[in-house]
Amino acid sequence: MNNPDNTSCILEIQRLSKSFPGVLALDEVNLEACRGEIHALIGENGAGKSTLMKILAGIYQKDSGQILLKGQQVEIQNERHALQLGIAMVHQELNNFPEMTVAENIFAGREPSKWGILKKDALYSRAGILLQDFHLKIDPRVKMGKLSISEMQLVEIVKAVSCNAGILILDEPTSAISSNDADFLFEILQRLKVQGVAIIYISHKMEEVFRISDRITVLRDGKWIFTGNSAEITRDELIRKMVGRELKELFPERTAIQGETVLEVKNLTRKNVFTDVSLFLRKGEVLGIAGLVGSGRTEFIESVFGFPPADEGDILVMGKRVHINSPREAINNGFALVPEDRKLAGLNLLGSVLFNTTLAALSRFAGIGGIIHGKEEKLAAGFVARQLQVKSPDMNQLISNLSGGNQQKVVLAKWLLAQPAILLLDEPTRGIDIGAKSEIYQLINKLAMEGMSILMVSSEMAELMGLCDRIIAFRKGKVSREFVRSGFNQEQILSAIMN
Amino acid sequence: MKQKQAFKYLSRYGILIAFLILIVLMSLLSPAFLKTTNIMNILRQTSINGIVAVGMTFVIILAGIDLSVGSVIALAAVIAASFAHAGDYPLIVPVFAGLITGALCGFINGFIIAKRKIAPFIMTLAMMTIARGAALVYTNGRPVIELSDAYNKIGGGYFLGIPLPVIIFIIIIFLGWFLLSKTVFGRHVYATGGNKTAAELSGIITGKIIIWVYTIAGILSGLAGIVLSSRVMSGSPATGQGYELDAIAAVVIGGTKLTGGVGSVFGTIVGVLIIGVMNNGLDLLNVSSYWQLVVKGIIILLAVVLEKKSPR
Repeated sequence: MNNPDNTSCILEIQRLSKSFPGVLALDEVNLEACRGEIHALIGENGAGKSTLMKILAGIYQKDSGQILLKGQQVEIQNERHALQLGIAMVHQELNNFPEMTVAENIFAGREPSKWGILKKDALYSRAGILLQDFHLKIDPRVKMGKLSISEMQLVEIVKAVSCNAGILILDEPTSAISSNDADFLFEILQRLKVQGVAIIYISHKMEEVFRISDRITVLRDGKWIFTGNSAEITRDELIRKMVGRELKELFPERTAIQGETVLEVKNLTRKNVFTDVSLFLRKGEVLGIAGLVGSGRTEFIESVFGFPPADEGDILVMGKRVHINSPREAINNGFALVPEDRKLAGLNLLGSVLFNTTLAALSRFAGIGGIIHGKEEKLAAGFVARQLQVKSPDMNQLISNLSGGNQQKVVLAKWLLAQPAILLLDEPTRGIDIGAKSEIYQLINKLAMEGMSILMVSSEMAELMGLCDRIIAFRKGKVSREFVRSGFNQEQILSAIMN
Repeated sequence: MKQKQAFKYLSRYGILIAFLILIVLMSLLSPAFLKTTNIMNILRQTSINGIVAVGMTFVIILAGIDLSVGSVIALAAVIAASFAHAGDYPLIVPVFAGLITGALCGFINGFIIAKRKIAPFIMTLAMMTIARGAALVYTNGRPVIELSDAYNKIGGGYFLGIPLPVIIFIIIIFLGWFLLSKTVFGRHVYATGGNKTAAELSGIITGKIIIWVYTIAGILSGLAGIVLSSRVMSGSPATGQGYELDAIAAVVIGGTKLTGGVGSVFGTIVGVLIIGVMNNGLDLLNVSSYWQLVVKGIIILLAVVLEKKSPR
């Protein structure tokens, strides 16, 4: 072991514990981070990664244990205090002011001023210099909301570094950006590393963990499991440590059944978003859509669901032309959509597991006057929740208390209860851990075997190639190429989606 | 851990506990407080605010707000009263006129909010002014008086010794509770208020839910207008001022969040009763009505501060 010299370790966390009502989120966890190190923190959802980082960022307070900064014990009071101590966090859900300019965002809370009056010139010139330092071609005067997600992320990193942060925490920074943008992000991280910043990097993506990290720490069920050099562990060993069991294979065996055509989309067009998209989907088939973020893939699948409807083109279900102007009409025609962002569009986070599970199929449990039969509802919800192995203490638990993977299972459960014939999936495994991913892959496969037709958008090439019978490549709002399973080739698919 | 659970319990039932403490306190301070006549009095006084507050609960769970309540009460009161002169029409006519007036105002609120995507605050602020003006235009600024005995019984009569407004209030509580917690419609109200996008993607036609909820709130305002005009035996275009704020206060004290998605009729009723008991108790203690306003404000603040302190 060529562990970095202990004296260079700027951060040491020792036997840190934290509990929430009913859950021990962190159980005597250890972690250290050194100057000039990228330390990957991995683990399944619910393993405690985010809780640990939120304690470091001052959002939560620890129950017990020690945090040492440069050898000194510190008690992090709040987010401002964390920043003063040189700990900055770039959140998975970006927190910024979309209506303010990039410069105003970078200097939010510490604007250059004299006697309380803003010094605008200084604000923009300083922001400009910072952005240039990072070789970013972003105008500091443009509104934050106009930037792409990856640009916003980079601005947040610039902001963090401009606070003289010695420790930078990144929570799944690549979950919503394209691989090009991710490459650029990694370059910037390398540069920060050379400058001596300690970077803690949370991710679910094995490839990037191995690509950029120096050391890896694994958490499981709130416990510290492993810390070691990235070069000295294999991917399989790492997955085993994460899940605590052997993952025989991530993707189930796919035996394609070719049924009759269930869905036909003809020349579907939404102005300036996607053009002339045609495809067909057979019974029991899994059809993938590959494409970059911004290629129109999400908008296309949402338009099939009537949210909002397309401007032109036809949708045929079982050979009959249908008019889908709203999600309600899509559902009536046998569609279901698992949206890209479960928190924004998939769930009512204020509701319980039961509430969310049965929301789309309530009328099935209701009699005259729309009166819900509580027993039938609970029975059906409990059945489908067990089928999908939703891990929740009980059905009345608030959905926001569940881990991401379990929340996603509830979104799927909601739609299985509605018994659709055509299931539209948009990034069905985004931001969830490898164990839950594998379960969702098994489920998708099983549903297809049982005769459901599935249209799936994904950014993960392995996922598309592992699950689909065919893949359609999207580029700039158009279908650029189609691949059948026997002809899947990662490089060809990638080149078909690249601009 | 134990402490946290105790705290959670306290925050969930905190309002109820506060209410019980208030009752014990009042009964100790004033011997007249626990007498049946006084309790009936409290219930009758709270019934109008209560009817309105049930509607407001629906609106606020939907993440909306209805500022037009007080003015709609006045418009419904004068229109109902104008059909309630002795010997003119059977009782059903003024009652329907009042309810339909309320329903129509509520429908317009909901329709424009849903279809034109106008902020509920702005839409109902406009309706507040319009309905008040319409009530003044309709009556030329004078109260409508000389109402039939049958009409006056709605607000002044008794059934089995219980004031009729109280019975109406109890029926509305039951209907409101049933609709919110037992029906598909109620679920859809929570879903729309909790996350509109997710609700739409789950096949809920949120526009329809919004229109219905404001219409229900309007009908209940109309009903409150009928009960109020009947109780004071006159339909005044100046009546009902400030009722929207009392209703919002009751809903907020009852733990419904202004951001929508959560709340219950039960909480609202406790909120209504807290305001009612406090008004009554302060009356009995000869506290001036000016001071009563100050105390009411403080209680609303306390309720919200307590709510904020509860752990997530």
